[in-house]
Amino acid sequence: MATVYYTDEHEWISVEGDTATVGITNYAQEQLGDLVFVELPDVGRTISKGEETVVVESVKAASDVYAPIDGEVTGVNESLGSDPALVNTAAEGDGWLFKMKIGDPSQLEGLMDKAAYDAMVG
Amino acid sequence: MKKTPLHELHAESGSKFGPFAGYDMPLFYPLGIMKEHQHTRGHAGLFDISHMVHIDVSGPQAADLIARASPFDPASQDQGSCKYTFFLNENAGIIDDLIVTRLGDARFRIVANAGCAEKDIAHISKLAEEYDADIEVLECGFVALQGPEAEKVLCDAGIDVSQLVFMTAMEPESGWFVSRTGYTGEDGFEIALPVAETEAFARKLLSDERVELIGLGARDSLRLEAGLSLYGQDLDEETSPHEAGLIWAIPKELRSGGAYLGADAFARKFAEGRKRKRVGLKPKEAKPVRAGATLADSEGNEIGSITSGGFGPTVGGPVALGMISADAGENGIFADVRGKQVEMEIVPLPFAPHHYKK
Repeated sequence: MATVYYTDEHEWISVEGDTATVGITNYAQEQLGDLVFVELPDVGRTISKGEETVVVESVKAASDVYAPIDGEVTGVNESLGSDPALVNTAAEGDGWLFKMKIGDPSQLEGLMDKAAYDAMVG
Repeated sequence: MKKTPLHELHAESGSKFGPFAGYDMPLFYPLGIMKEHQHTRGHAGLFDISHMVHIDVSGPQAADLIARASPFDPASQDQGSCKYTFFLNENAGIIDDLIVTRLGDARFRIVANAGCAEKDIAHISKLAEEYDADIEVLECGFVALQGPEAEKVLCDAGIDVSQLVFMTAMEPESGWFVSRTGYTGEDGFEIALPVAETEAFARKLLSDERVELIGLGARDSLRLEAGLSLYGQDLDEETSPHEAGLIWAIPKELRSGGAYLGADAFARKFAEGRKRKRVGLKPKEAKPVRAGATLADSEGNEIGSITSGGFGPTVGGPVALGMISADAGENGIFADVRGKQVEMEIVPLPFAPHHYKK
């Protein structure tokens, strides 16, 4: 059973063992509007918490998605190449962005659960 | 932040807001930029453009004042005709781009950009000191109805616009001003009306199922696909109309001199030939290239920059406008996007065909 955490930068991170799947929240996609391009990281890249890892582009603007914790990118959502709007239709499901090997599990402790995140975005 | 007369309507319609030229403006509605864009191209889109500036110039020397401020001949302008033109500075740089409509023998309406309001008003007021002409900045609501079904919608709403052609205007009743103009590349209208009547009129248009509210996001993607310049991005005080690809707006006889401010500088620069030129560009990949990205040739020499860029929903891919050296080659142009080189192709403008009713 995966545990899902949320960041105050509007990412979600679903943790199963030492790996995690990362995406942006439904609230975030609503704020961005229709996405037309997603620039994903190279598999194998080492990322640090807070580092710009993905760029999501709407019709109007490009926005950074940050690494929620330290680790290494182990996979990316290839479907977004042909269908970036998956992030709009299924932000917290099929529209995930990348998978990572968790570098420092203690960093998860500072993140929010769903109830806390929902309270934050009101 | 200032609010337009339609602010409450936008909020009630679920708009996401953002600041623009000092106003809290609708960026997009629940429909989303993509569908708003497509709805405008296919049906009729209603835009709140009440942030724009309306200036009436009247009096015995109104035409002379306009001829001083802008590079065209207002004395020969037909009543009811709209002219796309500029305020130029002494160096022939663009203070603003705007539309001047002749409403009477000695009465003109200037419609200008919201972001240039203060400097435009100061500029024309200063020039007016030398002329027997009055300047009046109007308080009004202003909406655009754009798209192939705009004419029918307006006629059904009780405003017979069937006699207007592209770039003409009329005053259907006191305090109202309707022109067949726009910023989308589609057929359409811009309607100025008394502030107190604006919301009721917008609601009446929205009760027609062919009409959807359209935010600034789609307004930008529509104008970009139509190859239309945005002041502050594609145009500024350092850019001449010739460099901006807008030489067509200046009558031939005024390119070598005239009564307008900046005429000498314009004539000199025009004779020398432009050093930079505006071009339409498409990335050769799916990645959007946005304003500010630098452009280089295949050897890495900087040749210019992107002035507007984004995704064109009708084109189905990214599109951009750039300003490059006049002598740059057509091939091997690369944009720097977050440190990666994206090859660009020069393409003719507009990206999406215009559908004006001429």
